[in-house]
Amino acid sequence: MYPRYLYGVLTTTFVVVGLYMLFQGEGEAFNVGRFLEEVSPYAWANIGIGLCIGCSTIGASWGIFLTGSSIVGGGVRAPRIRTKNLISIIFCEVVAIYGVIIAIIFSSKLSPVPESQLYTQNNYYTGYALFWGGITVGFCNLICGISVGINGSGAALADAADPSLFVRILVIEIFSSVLGLFGLIIGLLVGGKALDMGAA
Amino acid sequence: MEGLFFNVNGGFVEGIVRGYRNSLLTGQNYSNLTQCETIDDVKLQLGPAYGDFLASLPPNPSTSALAGKMTDKLVSEFRYLVAQSVGSTAKFLEYLTYGYMIDNIALLITGTLHERDTRELLERCHPLGWFETLPVLCVATNIEELYNSVLIETPLAPYFKGSLSHHDLDELNIEIVRNTLYKNYLEDFYNFVQTHPDFSGPTQEIMSEILQFEADRRAINITLNSFGTELSKQERRKLYPEFGNLYPEGSLMLSRAEDVEGVALAVSAVSDYKSFFDAVGLSQGGGGLGGMGGGPADGKSLEDLFYQKEMEMSKFVFTRQFTPAVVYAWMKLKEQEIRNVTWISECIAQNQKERIGNFISVF
Repeated sequence: MYPRYLYGVLTTTFVVVGLYMLFQGEGEAFNVGRFLEEVSPYAWANIGIGLCIGCSTIGASWGIFLTGSSIVGGGVRAPRIRTKNLISIIFCEVVAIYGVIIAIIFSSKLSPVPESQLYTQNNYYTGYALFWGGITVGFCNLICGISVGINGSGAALADAADPSLFVRILVIEIFSSVLGLFGLIIGLLVGGKALDMGAA
Repeated sequence: MEGLFFNVNGGFVEGIVRGYRNSLLTGQNYSNLTQCETIDDVKLQLGPAYGDFLASLPPNPSTSALAGKMTDKLVSEFRYLVAQSVGSTAKFLEYLTYGYMIDNIALLITGTLHERDTRELLERCHPLGWFETLPVLCVATNIEELYNSVLIETPLAPYFKGSLSHHDLDELNIEIVRNTLYKNYLEDFYNFVQTHPDFSGPTQEIMSEILQFEADRRAINITLNSFGTELSKQERRKLYPEFGNLYPEGSLMLSRAEDVEGVALAVSAVSDYKSFFDAVGLSQGGGGLGGMGGGPADGKSLEDLFYQKEMEMSKFVFTRQFTPAVVYAWMKLKEQEIRNVTWISECIAQNQKERIGNFISVF
């Protein structure tokens, strides 16, 4: 009930303010083009890097708690699964490492530039490339972490029931952990074309 | 979507229950058990699965002592799960105990009616249906006091309220009381799993199916057992749970059934139940109801076939993940295992080896 009420209030506020500004001749205040031009390329680049590492870490930790709680529960009656199933945890952890790698590569493209040379074509390109590259990697890793986590949780329980199932589920788990690698590759390609800030 | 968040609260409990399920007796274990010559052999065979719970039994224990110790193990495992669960899973486990509570309260009501000392009856109550305020009910000396304390002290008050008054609690009605409570309980449980937001997805699907089956089974059993008693058709109809595969047309036909053939006709819309009735030959008339091995066709009674079906459903629950329904399934499987072992050891104790194969094993 409560969120619906909130949506109603928000929509009404936006409509009232928007109509007020439109009829007062101030509709130009919402100028998307100017906004994009005025925002510093540094802001884009750093938001991209932050989202990249942030989403990757959320994905990894999500996967680890999904898998971990199942390993702990399943391990009560079948202690032999605990070492074998650490591999699921490692798969989740790798997702965070992908995010760290890309974040390091991206942040190496940043360096301080005097304001007069900031708003150049190259810097705009670098800013946008790092922003969208970071989002690609971040969300890819978020989804990858969840998917590895759910797989790993199933793998732990299946292994506890029947040890011969472990390898079969591991194959599927590898497929889901490859999803994060796709994001990593695309992130590298997108970021690779961007020149360092202030270069040339 | 249930995979995203279920493990936050339920992952550990689910892992443990699956561990418990893996230690259930398999077909191999049962065939070893049927080879036993004495109860001591049975005890030895159960050693790996039940461990120290059986250790305190004297040599050649009675069948009931053996079953009691096995139940103790079930209870201690279930209590561990309850202690480990939180949130909606804890609520779900609480619902599982209500069925036993109903039995306990029915026992105490019977005791009070007979003016026995109900404190002695406390020991005979099922430990899973134990709740903190159960001993308070023993203070009551007459039925009206008992009714009031049940309403105030027990979690079952909503099931009493509105459908039973203290005038209903007399000797003849005790089975009706029990069945009314059970009907209210099943409907409440069904409603709980249907509407709780945490249970959308597999829990809802599985539990709906199982509870519908349970509701149908109760309706059919009530009808079959009511033949030859004073229970009027109107009253009988009030005891049918108002959901399930038979509801509403089948229930209506059940309420009008005069004999076993009428029941067979009423359930013929559901192919599973029809095949049960065909298998035991009840649809052609004749044949009685019995416990294990009491029926006519290939040694299986209707009761056995229902148990068999229930066990198969419980077995399939374990193909789904991220649901507390596995706890329910595990409890049903474990209870059946206890019944099986009791049956086998009873056969051994009474030298009835030819009927020893009449147990229900799905693994």
